[in-house]
Amino acid sequence: MSARIFGSGIRRREDPRLITGTATYTDDLALPGMLHAAMLRSPHAHARIKRIDVSRAKEAPGVLAAFTGADIDRLKPVPCAWLLPNANLKIAGYQCMVKDTVRYVGDIVAVVVAETAYQAHDGLDLIDVDYEALPAVTDPRHALQPGAPQLHADVPRNEAFHWVVAGGDIDAAFKNADVIVKERIVQQRLIPNAMEPRAALAQWSGASGELTLWNTTQNPHIVRFLCSVVTGVPEDKLRVVAPEVGGGFGSKIAVYPADFITCFCAMTLNRPVKWTETRSENYQATTHGRDHIQEVELATKKDGTILGLRAEVWAGMGAYLSTAAPGIPTILHGLMLSGVYNLPAVKEDVHGMYTNTTPVDAYRGAGRPEATFMIERVMDKLASTLGMDPVDVRMKNMIPRFENGHTVITGLTYDSGDYPAGLKKLLEHVKYAELRKEQSEARKEGRYMGIGLASYVEICGLGPSQVAGAIGFQGGLWESAIVRVHPTGKVQVFIGASPHGQGEETTFAQLVASEIGVDANDVKVVHGDTDNTPMGWGTYGSRTTAVGGAALILATRKVKEKAKVIAAHLLEAAVEDMDYADGKFFVKGSPDKAKTIQDVALMANVAWNMPAGVEAGLEASMFYDPPNFTYPFGSHVAVVEVDPETGQIALKRYVALDDCGPQINPVIVEGQVHGGVVQGLGQALWEEAVYDENGQLVTGSMLDYALPRAGALCDIEVISTVTPSPHHPLGLKGIGEAGTIASTVTVYNAVMDALAPLGVASLRMPMTPERVWRGIQQAKG
Amino acid sequence: MYSSPFDYYRAATVDEASALLKKHPGAKLLAGGHSLIPLLKLRLAAPPALIDIGRIAELKGITVKDGTIRIGALTTHADLAASTALRESCPALAEAAKQVGDPAVRNRGTIGGNVAHADPASDLPTVLTALGARFTVTGPRGTRTIDAGGFFTGMMTTALEDRDLLSAIEIAARQKGQGMAYVKFSHPASRYAVIGVAASVTVSSGTCTAAAVAIGGLVPRATRAASVEQALIGQTLSAGTLARAASEVARDLGTDILGDLYASADYRKAVAPVWVKRALAAAAARGK
Amino acid sequence: MKVPVNITINGRRYQRDVEPRQLLVHFIRDLGGVTGTKIGCDTSQCGACTVLLDGIAVRSCTCLAVQVDGSSVTTIEGLAPAGTLHPIQEAFWNTHGLQCGFCTPGMILASHELLRQNPQPSDEEIRHGLEGNLCRCTGYQNIVRAVREAAFGRGQ
Repeated sequence: MSARIFGSGIRRREDPRLITGTATYTDDLALPGMLHAAMLRSPHAHARIKRIDVSRAKEAPGVLAAFTGADIDRLKPVPCAWLLPNANLKIAGYQCMVKDTVRYVGDIVAVVVAETAYQAHDGLDLIDVDYEALPAVTDPRHALQPGAPQLHADVPRNEAFHWVVAGGDIDAAFKNADVIVKERIVQQRLIPNAMEPRAALAQWSGASGELTLWNTTQNPHIVRFLCSVVTGVPEDKLRVVAPEVGGGFGSKIAVYPADFITCFCAMTLNRPVKWTETRSENYQATTHGRDHIQEVELATKKDGTILGLRAEVWAGMGAYLSTAAPGIPTILHGLMLSGVYNLPAVKEDVHGMYTNTTPVDAYRGAGRPEATFMIERVMDKLASTLGMDPVDVRMKNMIPRFENGHTVITGLTYDSGDYPAGLKKLLEHVKYAELRKEQSEARKEGRYMGIGLASYVEICGLGPSQVAGAIGFQGGLWESAIVRVHPTGKVQVFIGASPHGQGEETTFAQLVASEIGVDANDVKVVHGDTDNTPMGWGTYGSRTTAVGGAALILATRKVKEKAKVIAAHLLEAAVEDMDYADGKFFVKGSPDKAKTIQDVALMANVAWNMPAGVEAGLEASMFYDPPNFTYPFGSHVAVVEVDPETGQIALKRYVALDDCGPQINPVIVEGQVHGGVVQGLGQALWEEAVYDENGQLVTGSMLDYALPRAGALCDIEVISTVTPSPHHPLGLKGIGEAGTIASTVTVYNAVMDALAPLGVASLRMPMTPERVWRGIQQAKG
Repeated sequence: MYSSPFDYYRAATVDEASALLKKHPGAKLLAGGHSLIPLLKLRLAAPPALIDIGRIAELKGITVKDGTIRIGALTTHADLAASTALRESCPALAEAAKQVGDPAVRNRGTIGGNVAHADPASDLPTVLTALGARFTVTGPRGTRTIDAGGFFTGMMTTALEDRDLLSAIEIAARQKGQGMAYVKFSHPASRYAVIGVAASVTVSSGTCTAAAVAIGGLVPRATRAASVEQALIGQTLSAGTLARAASEVARDLGTDILGDLYASADYRKAVAPVWVKRALAAAAARGK
Repeated sequence: MKVPVNITINGRRYQRDVEPRQLLVHFIRDLGGVTGTKIGCDTSQCGACTVLLDGIAVRSCTCLAVQVDGSSVTTIEGLAPAGTLHPIQEAFWNTHGLQCGFCTPGMILASHELLRQNPQPSDEEIRHGLEGNLCRCTGYQNIVRAVREAAFGRGQ
């Protein structure tokens, strides 16, 4: 059984606690004497604080304290941890609590701490603040223009950075082009909307100087690192726990002012303090995603051969640079502009812009959906310009199969891929030719059916630490694992990564079980607590399996090697004569006389009879720094029908073909694809964070910001190919973001295909009925 | 998320509720709470007291007698949607109730609370307006009846006065040859109606003898579409007639057309005939 | 003002004096240890706080505790006897109908309501019946499968 556990869609180990309501998320925690904090946030996008008075709030029933920016001076600014090199990066001061100038609706100006959450919120109403409103700017492109309101005195023209990627002879490419295809794309701002709002619970022990922070985070070790920097509590006296975490999608990577303020309150009042954001607060102050304005042009020959791609991007970063923000529209976007194609020349300028909006950081896919959209949109435009089928123009330019490295013009070396095979398999699955026939029949009946296609490759499994250093990421990107086999043969695994819904408690147990032959149910995966897990960099960028899984498998192999030495000793054989199968060690040719991993574990732990020079215990740790990123890929197809009378879009069919290498648990892989695809569909069809000209978030609640709901979706068919990564010990690549990266442009292309007979060439996302309808009216003239 | 403090009183009868209203100026009536509690939580409303009428038995239930349907104000959307009597005698109202919010909202939200709130994007006022419902109201000067046309006075406003309590709503039961429908273009986030259309047509010997159409969502209060109705009466209800009649709705919308980020006023106005046409088609199909 | 209430949660009676403004969801979550009911929004849109009130699904974030005085509430913790799973819970587990699990208690109770009203729903009816509950992880597909399995049996 154990040999087959890798690749089996077993039920998740996480689920029993989750389906019975007994899992503990941060807000579920209550400590004796616990107080509740509520943050007063600026209602202005840009204003000077003339006066702030918390005295009335302090008098309110149940209120213990109220603090303003002047009170919390000892907190250091919130650090930005991605110091993009060669980009004229300008990091503006990001204070935990604003003292003088607020720069977005949501900037914190005061905190109230009370016995109950109700009382804390009552206290907020009693704080008097006089603001002097200043002009605001919310559009990243406008922010760069002369005369635009300035957010930070030391950042001229609001430009946080100007980053360039260039390769090949781009001028020659455009000079020699037969055809140039241009497109202007708005990657609208999105709100990640993890279903669990963010929360922090801080407990301070004044006597020992120890701080514990329970936090809704994807990376507790990074939080410990940065919380130590901000609060001054030494890392050895700081424990960060990510209990059950209800989704993150990138929004729980960053460290946040409110969490540090909560720590401050606990330390100052010497009582546990909990803060939980409301959903409206989440919309105002938890990081947003995307927010690109892109201008892109593609130079090609008459036959569709690509010569070069040139682009300029204005990326809204919000009022301050959030933790990982500078790397998202640059490294994770610009370096991926070759996509799955042979691209001889590239140049992209990215302007990272401060605007009077909520800080923008990673959101599922983080940079790669924005790159994939750009490429796959212009590929479709190219096809229609040349009168070619979208499949043919892709096939013509696709990088052929490679197994061990292919370097693209942006300088990245993709690990392995077979893009044409994936696309072919997908087309056969959907019966592409028949679909096109069906479409022409529908058109004859006056129905507007559209077929959309996109192929993608993504960079994930972040990544080699040396590269992290070179690109300015202020941390390592290795992962760690400790594998400990107890006397009874039960295994505990301690990992530095911090899954929050992805199911690694199950898949990692499957990895260990298949490697050393124990039952998967006998492997417990421990994560999320900095006091009992080894350092790790966290769960994001589809890296937990690709990097953390590699650390785990290599640690498990160390255990296995040691077990083999002990087994050889117990069997009075030479180590080199030993064999292993299905959890048993035996002398080659004598499988009936074997020592099980459990036998060995018992002996290793009691250590009555160990080989000379071998330590007691059966445990190993591994710090794994990958030699390269991994590059999952695939192609997706969407079929839609547009109602030309109202502009409404109906999803008819969606098929995803993804290649993430071998799959530990195909059911979990499928679940990741479903969820990822639907998030990408959300961007195409429903979601947008909208600010008005004064910087007010118009889509400030779930009443206005439309998330995908069950009734508006169709089933997603999930198929795959398997191309192992040459550098991962098991060939694994990662699947967390693939769906989101591919699906936005896939469905966008489908809608454009549907509207092609009406002459509609482009639409702003989300493609609401009104926008579709207006597109049709404008095309009519 | 956290309301301001308020006092709370529970009334067992309509008389008790009236007495409490008199005693506590500014108090709000609380039925299912699904219009009021969201406002309280966001501190958009902060009444000094709530008077809970949710348990007044006499305000619950649906009865059909002598061609009149009487619906107690505390009847929930779920009860409306599930009522066999209502589906038989006023299917459009049952159909609309089934599209309010979602199942959990429908289990608590009441028809009385809904219409008293008079959200222009709500579903039930549109149907009640089309069908000429009558609202029974108990106030300081006794009980009176208000027609739908006079009940909804504007955006979020009704003819209800401070100490009034809406007790029941009456509608004429469906007659032979009468088909009715409610169709809705939902906002994808709030589930409220961007456009809602209630239509009733009565057909006798192949000819439309009566028509009642109301629109909601895009106007400040549910509004009768008299021009559409006019264009139907006396006609054979062919697809062409329905489409022509639907296009008349532009005349009935007035000048104050609502729009938002999701759907502008211009767009709503432009596509309103499509939704009216669909409602008419559904009603006509059922009227046969 | 405080008002005495008597509310039965998962078969156990709780007598408390509450502020009238206290929401049912806070009443439940503040009892100590009964925190399976989640708060995902502040506008009655997400469904994470769904509980059964006298057997019928309601949003506990849009009910005041004082309103349900004398009622009986079932939360996710009380859906099945301790140590057992309700068939809907089992189906969510079998079909990978959850990922982060935050929407799951509400989703399971909404599914319970859906099947109470319509024991043999079509996929489309399931999708519409779950429209009041938001999930950001699963894309809903495996939740639909879970409800289908709960209605029709394994592998359906």
